[in-house]
Amino acid sequence: MCSLLTTQIDCVIIFKKKILKEGESMMFNVDKIRQDFPMLQGKTNEGKPLIYLDNGATTLKPNSVIEAVNNYYQNISSNINRGDYKLAYLVDQAYESARETVANFINCQNKEVVFTYGTTHALNQIAYGYGLNNLKKDDEILITIAEHASNTLPWYRLAAFTKAKVKFIPLDKKGRITAKNVKKMLNEKVKIVSITHVSNVLGCINNIKEISKVVHNFNAILVVDAAQSAPHIKIDVKALDCDFLVFSGHKMCGPTAVGVMYGKYHLLENTQPLMLGGGMNTRFDTNFNVSLKDVPYKFEAGTTNIEAVLGLEAAINYLQKIGLDRIASYEKQLKDYAINRLKKLDNVIIYNPEADIGIISFNVLDKGKIIFGQDVASYLSKHGLCLRSGNHCAKNLWQYLNTDSTVRCALYFYNTKEEVDKLIEVLETTTLEKCIDVIL
Amino acid sequence: MHTIKDNPILKREIMMDHYESPRNFQLSNDSFYRQIHVYSQSCQDDIHLQILINKDIIEDVRFEGKACVIATAATSIMTELIKGCSIKQANEIIENYFAMINQKEYDENLLKEAVALETIGKQTNRISCATLSWNGLKELLNENEKNQSESNKN
Repeated sequence: MCSLLTTQIDCVIIFKKKILKEGESMMFNVDKIRQDFPMLQGKTNEGKPLIYLDNGATTLKPNSVIEAVNNYYQNISSNINRGDYKLAYLVDQAYESARETVANFINCQNKEVVFTYGTTHALNQIAYGYGLNNLKKDDEILITIAEHASNTLPWYRLAAFTKAKVKFIPLDKKGRITAKNVKKMLNEKVKIVSITHVSNVLGCINNIKEISKVVHNFNAILVVDAAQSAPHIKIDVKALDCDFLVFSGHKMCGPTAVGVMYGKYHLLENTQPLMLGGGMNTRFDTNFNVSLKDVPYKFEAGTTNIEAVLGLEAAINYLQKIGLDRIASYEKQLKDYAINRLKKLDNVIIYNPEADIGIISFNVLDKGKIIFGQDVASYLSKHGLCLRSGNHCAKNLWQYLNTDSTVRCALYFYNTKEEVDKLIEVLETTTLEKCIDVIL
Repeated sequence: MHTIKDNPILKREIMMDHYESPRNFQLSNDSFYRQIHVYSQSCQDDIHLQILINKDIIEDVRFEGKACVIATAATSIMTELIKGCSIKQANEIIENYFAMINQKEYDENLLKEAVALETIGKQTNRISCATLSWNGLKELLNENEKNQSESNKN
């Protein structure tokens, strides 16, 4: 027994050392980085070398993340919060170590990190857990038309439940959410402002720091959807001074179905858990007395996605070893390169040439008419290129962009100039006829 | 009609033609038309479809909407095929169309220009585009049949 445990403990320690080692000498060398990703090793799409440019939807995973998930099942498989035996204690430690890694990643206290199943879960948790208790009839919730469905629909429903109103902060000409426009919409009825840090269609970084000041002047709270920012830029919740901030693991090299809800501690205390069950209560009886665990545990009902939490930690370690600053600057270079090349194509309209991060929304023209996005995406797929078309879950945004849908190229730090070149080469010669030919 | 099947250039011409100048592309304000709104759950295809049935004959079929080349052409071709048919004939065409999409045996003579879409079944992610308004038509005809049998009962 003893030796078995020693082996397990060793496994955890050796495993952690290995992660550190993998990133240690990592200057920004994209070829070397690509070697860390099994999906970038000779995979194909429709028989052509895979070029993955759909990183706004989800990202590829490096070996260290896959190994962390495997390590949970192969070496430390047991449940959390049940630690009467040593093995379970080891998992508890690993799980809480992941919480600490996240806390350091966004600069908050460990107890302010709640693990969720993703951004969508986190936003629903805030809308109902905080909103239902803190909003009343005629109160106002401010969002924008650039929000993803997950930062729109929970607020619609909360408004229906509480008879509060959802109102839209206008975007400026470049599609940004500005403190000036937020200020115009604020009044004493506004209780919640919930906005994206980076739009998943427009790719601009909104100045959360300025916005939080004006929101707090009106005693409202600011919720930030960081699903598209956390993977690309350094997040510091103290500097941003937001009240809640949420993001997903899978958009930043982590596993699917794990995410984070950060909240200021006093607000988390004032938030009801969306789900009740095992692991989140301390006592209950037949007189319906129920007492809950403290924050953050009261939010983590049932057996959580342990493998993914551990994988998320590995993803954060991986990104930090490369360096968020280096990632951001490489992506900016790559995005500028792509925009400059796309601008030279007569048959491409770019909707967000001034994006801050590597999201480029465009359409392709044939004889001056837009080719339907899905037809373009199908055609690109035949060349190995994976891009998404459609409204990208931001269905309110299209009145602003004046088009029903776009094709979206979403770059990440493992993409290369050569991949952008291939995209340009194919787009340059894209015609409606060719789009039809590939489907017939 | 046999020529369409093995003629990629002709297929492309048919698709381009129906996409760029869709037939019966204007809805009617006449309240005798039965109407259905069909839209894809996963993409942007969004079509309003109308049919006018007089006794047993589909006198008119019309549509409007925004959709990809496959959905638009498939709808435009459908309106031409169905217009003027009896309900029985229409059902036969629908049945053959779905057989073709599902890569089963079908009668090319009944489907005419729709044969341009014969290989769409191999593009599994685009089948929903090719069947969107055809499913809408099916629903309209089912509804019509239900109403008929209800009114016969009364």
